[in-house]
Amino acid sequence: MALAAADQAAVRALWRKLNNNVGVYTTEALERTFLAFPSTKTYFAHLDLRPGSAQVKAHGQKVADALSLAVAHLDDLPRALAPLSDLHAHQLRVNPANFELLGHCLLVTLARHYPGDFSPALQASLDRFLRHVTSALASSYR
Amino acid sequence: MVHLTADEKNAVTGLWSKVKVDDVGGEALGRLLVVYPWTQRFFDSFGDLSNADAVMGNAKVKAHGKKVLDAFAEGLKNVDNLKGTFAKLSELHCDKLHVDPENFRLLGNVLVVVLARHFGKEFTPQVQGAFQKLTLGVATALAHKYH
Repeated sequence: MALAAADQAAVRALWRKLNNNVGVYTTEALERTFLAFPSTKTYFAHLDLRPGSAQVKAHGQKVADALSLAVAHLDDLPRALAPLSDLHAHQLRVNPANFELLGHCLLVTLARHYPGDFSPALQASLDRFLRHVTSALASSYR
Repeated sequence: MVHLTADEKNAVTGLWSKVKVDDVGGEALGRLLVVYPWTQRFFDSFGDLSNADAVMGNAKVKAHGKKVLDAFAEGLKNVDNLKGTFAKLSELHCDKLHVDPENFRLLGNVLVVVLARHFGKEFTPQVQGAFQKLTLGVATALAHKYH
């Protein structure tokens, strides 16, 4: 089941507003995830995870690009995210529960940067969008 | 057991002293009901919850939100004994209210989002980390007496 039309519209509108700054927010979301849920750091033992790290910023941009790809393919997330799902399932082997943790921290980041825009309805749309993304990412696992 | 460092304890109590408990409680509960609509199952007697505006403006939601946050504040004062502090409430939520404890975790995360929205830059990753420990601790304590 694809994301509802109203949710799609809300997410696209927000993404237009975020413009080229998605990477800033995904990087902050990663930073928050590492601090709030330390077990997530186990997947990044090869990176410098100190605040301000260029490597975390680079990874944040990768996540941003993936989310922007998702926003561009809201009608067909499973197909659009299939390659990333394969990557996370078979090569990176990330426990899918961690996708929800990053999703939560992205919501926290957006709430803190856009308090006026972050209505209950937008929060609901974003939450549903992120759950669709998570679900698509986890689809190759088994 | 929740282990907060001295810095985390200071961060949490410092931020909490600025929280308008009346408003934040209602907002958190309201957002829970909007974002996770199945949670409305526990509030049949609350009247109109048919859309986001109705939920957020609902007087019973606001009143109950305040009640919930007052209870949470008790936890803040008793971080070293959350299980004891919430023992009675845990029994109530299991035996009388029949609430799935997973919903406590959801509410905890919604509260974190609400605090981020209210405090902006002040709600640093470190402060968030401390609150995540606290909300998880409270959720666990509330589930402790379930059987």
